[in-house]
Formats: sequence, C-alpha cells, structure tokens
Amino acid sequence: MSALTAGGSPWPARAFGVASVVAAFALVEALIRAGTINAFIVPLPSQIVAAIPRIVAEEHVPARFWQTTQEVLWAALLLGTVGVGLGVLLYRYRVLRLATETWVGALAAAPIVLMYPLFLVIFGRSATTIVMIGFAAGLAPVILKTVEGLAGTRAVLIDVGRSFKLSRRQQFWKILLPAALPTVFVGMRLGLVFAMINIVGVEFLINFGGLGQLVNELAERYDLPGTYGAIFFVVLTSIVFFDLTERVERWLRPHR
Amino acid sequence: MTPPRAQLEVEHIVKHFVTADQTVTAVDDVSFSVAPGEFVSIIGPSGCGKSTLFNIIGGLTGEYQGRVTVEGTTISGTHPAIGMVFQEESTFPWRSVLDNVAFPLEIAGMGKSERADRAAHFVKLVGLSGFERRYPSELSGGMRQRVAIARTLASEPKILLMDEPFAALDEQTRVLLGDKVLQIQQELRQTTLLITHNLTEAVQLSDRVLVMTYRPGRLKRVVDVGLPHPRDAEIVGSDAFGHTVAQIWHDLREEASRGIAADEARVLEGGRR
Repeated sequence: MSALTAGGSPWPARAFGVASVVAAFALVEALIRAGTINAFIVPLPSQIVAAIPRIVAEEHVPARFWQTTQEVLWAALLLGTVGVGLGVLLYRYRVLRLATETWVGALAAAPIVLMYPLFLVIFGRSATTIVMIGFAAGLAPVILKTVEGLAGTRAVLIDVGRSFKLSRRQQFWKILLPAALPTVFVGMRLGLVFAMINIVGVEFLINFGGLGQLVNELAERYDLPGTYGAIFFVVLTSIVFFDLTERVERWLRPHR
Repeated sequence: MTPPRAQLEVEHIVKHFVTADQTVTAVDDVSFSVAPGEFVSIIGPSGCGKSTLFNIIGGLTGEYQGRVTVEGTTISGTHPAIGMVFQEESTFPWRSVLDNVAFPLEIAGMGKSERADRAAHFVKLVGLSGFERRYPSELSGGMRQRVAIARTLASEPKILLMDEPFAALDEQTRVLLGDKVLQIQQELRQTTLLITHNLTEAVQLSDRVLVMTYRPGRLKRVVDVGLPHPRDAEIVGSDAFGHTVAQIWHDLREEASRGIAADEARVLEGGRR
C-alpha cells in the first residue's frame, strides 16, 4: 500500500522532520550561549551555517564532494556487482556457503579501516585504495543479505516456476532474484553505510583529497565551524546515496 | 457407445516417505482416471496423502511407483499439459495482475502486445477487468487466488490441477469463488482435478468425488455427483446437495476420526519418549 493511501500526504511528516532538526539546532545554540555546552568544543550552529559558504569558496568543497561521491559510487557499483554476485554463488553452492559463511559474518564485524596500511601497500596512495577499503567494509552485509534473500524465497513461488518448466536461468532471473530484492536492498543500504564511513575515514587518515581530508585539515587548523560545515557535506553525501538507493529500489520494485 | 478416452490416468501410484525411524506410506495403490472436460475432486482427511498425490501428478515429486499418463502418454516431471494452482498464495508480488497472468506466455516467448491481449482475456475471464495494473498487495485473498487461476489458465493446460485453492478464504468467498471456477470450467470445458478437504466445495463443483482413506491414502469410494449443470452457489441450499454431502460425509467421518485418533496417539507416544 502506498504511503499516500496509508497515511495521506507525506508533506506534514517531512515538514515535521525538518522542524525537528531546526529545533535541535536551536536548542544546541541556546545551550552553548547559556554556557551549558563548551563553545570551544562545539561551535554555535549559526557559526556552522555561516562557515558553509566560506569553505565552499575557499576549500574547493564541490570538487571534494564530487571526489568522495565518485569513490562511494565506485564502491557501490562493486558492492552491487561483486557483493551480490558472491551472495548468489554462496546461495548456489551450499558447500561454499558452509565453508565461508562464518568468515563472511566475521568480516562484517572486522575494523577494516585499521587495515589501511595494507591497502596502501597493495594499491598505493590513490583513490583505488579508498574505494577498495570502502568496498571491503561493505561487502559482508551485501553477501549475507543476498544469501538470506535468495534462501528466503517462498517455496510455492519456486514450485510455480517449476510447474511452468522454467530453466535454471529463468528461475533465477524471473523468480529468485525479484523475490530476494527487498532483502538484497537491505544489504546494499547497510553495505553503503559501512562503505561511506570507511571511505571518509580513510580520506581523513591518508590525507588524499575528498571531504574526509577537508575535515582533517579544518580540525587541525582548529576551524571548528568549518570542520562541522565539512561534516555537513559528508552527511549530504550520505543523503544523496540514500535517496539514490531509494530511487533505484522504487524503479526495480514499483509495487512497494 | 464407447466411453470417452481418459485425458488423465493415474495408475497404481504408491509413495513412501522414509523418516529417521520409520517408512511411512503416504499413498497406496491409487488409480483413477479423469475424462476430457470432467471436474473431479479428491477429498480426504488431513494426512491422507492428497497433497502428495497433487505433487506426483503435477510432477513436483519424483521417486514413486505407478504412472501418470496424459492422453495415453506417460509423463514424468512437470508437464505443460498440467497446469497447477497452489493452496498457498502464489502470485508474484513484484508483477501487476496483467504481468502475473502473462507470465507463462512470456516464458513461452510470446510477443509483448500479443501476450498482453491474451492475458487481458484471462483476467476478464476470472472477473478482474479493471484491476490489470494493480499489484497483488492491493488485492484481497480471493482476488489474488483468481489471478493465480488466470495465470495457470493462460498457459492453456489440458488439465487444471488445483490443491485446495480456496483453503485460506472465508466460507462466503469460497462458495462464490467456487461458483466462478465452475462457470469458467464449463465455459472452457476444462478438465479439472481438485484436491480438497472441503465437502461443500467438492460437491458444489464436481462431477465425481473420490474419497480417500486416512494414512496410507487409498481410494475408499467414488461418488458420482448427480446434480444438474449449470450449477451456481444456490445449489448449496438444495435437498439433493445435502443428500450428496451426507453420503460423502458418512465415509469421510470414519477416516477423519481415524486421523484424529492417530494424531492423539502420536502426541502421547512423543510425550512418553
């Protein structure tokens, strides 16, 4: 059932969401001005807003935003192809699944970002290192959720396919994959969150462009309003990808 | 006059299931035939092997004794001559009503516009015109089951095989939907085999009712339903209908009681272990 039929227009809810954020900022502003929150640690939200045009003009934010976005995009593409592909393989070959599922699960909890020196050795100090760390960090949830989605396909739908004498390939493309898509997208969203965190983190650590590097530089200059302004653009990247994933899912699953 | 050649023949079917501690005979030497255009129901208590028989005839279960033939040809595995409608909700939630019904035509490689026309015909046949662009999540349980029936009919099977297709529906919807199915069956002269545990449904729809015993599932009796065609839901209130139901219930009650007693014994035995 669509959101419209379920609960009327979505605009009041969206307006409430925006109002909540504005109210939270106003509260923080008031608490800082009252001295409850230390102004040397947390800048005034009004100063952060004022810093945004400055860092956009002086710190090449659009180019950095585009670099981080490109890195996340590449990681997302790798997750969607390699991650989902590996999930399909693990579903298809039970022995492979039994042999590796525990390791893949462990990978989900591993602090991949700490392995950045190893990635630097393999891929050099380049955007490839950042993309590969993002990809590795997001891989486990994509694989696990793909396996879960495929394995969770209702038996009766598979029987319908068998009753129409579908080939194995048809059974996969026409039934298994569409049935698994909701769960696959849960995995993709989780994977993207992990990938983004790690991409910005490694940009921060290896000082190789992007928004992560900007956060690092501004923090080192003790430009706190600018630092939080840069973090705002990191959040914006996250929103862009969340929206993009939503749109892709709506396109693939119009019945949602 | 020679009798019409059977369209579906089920001959001496035996099916065992091997569990950890025993071998269970689910179906034991079941034979029957269904003539072209005939509507036959198989009725029996839970656990009598009805669904096993459905899976064997539909080709979803292998490794059984006996054979299934369609117009004299022995079949194994799923076969385009047999279209199956399942007990569980089986529409594809990611496809619209029209795309669900067009599914077998798409698999057969039919062109997009031609299959849309064909699918629309079957959507109309099951009374869902106007809902072509809706998704299953927007439909009621009865409507979804009609979509599943239309999808199977669109593949134009020689035999329509249905496993308790109305089991999840309320009684009123069940009777009215049965009416619709019978109307379609008469219109298409569709050979139909219905697996059910519902007496009213079996008598309302069928030309013949095959009563099965509780485990192992054997054919206990064949009842010819002498009610006139065309039938509609009104017939459920007639004396003749009540008489036929009583006749079948007489056989079924004994088997259902055996089933309940066996279930109780199994639970008690499990508790003692």
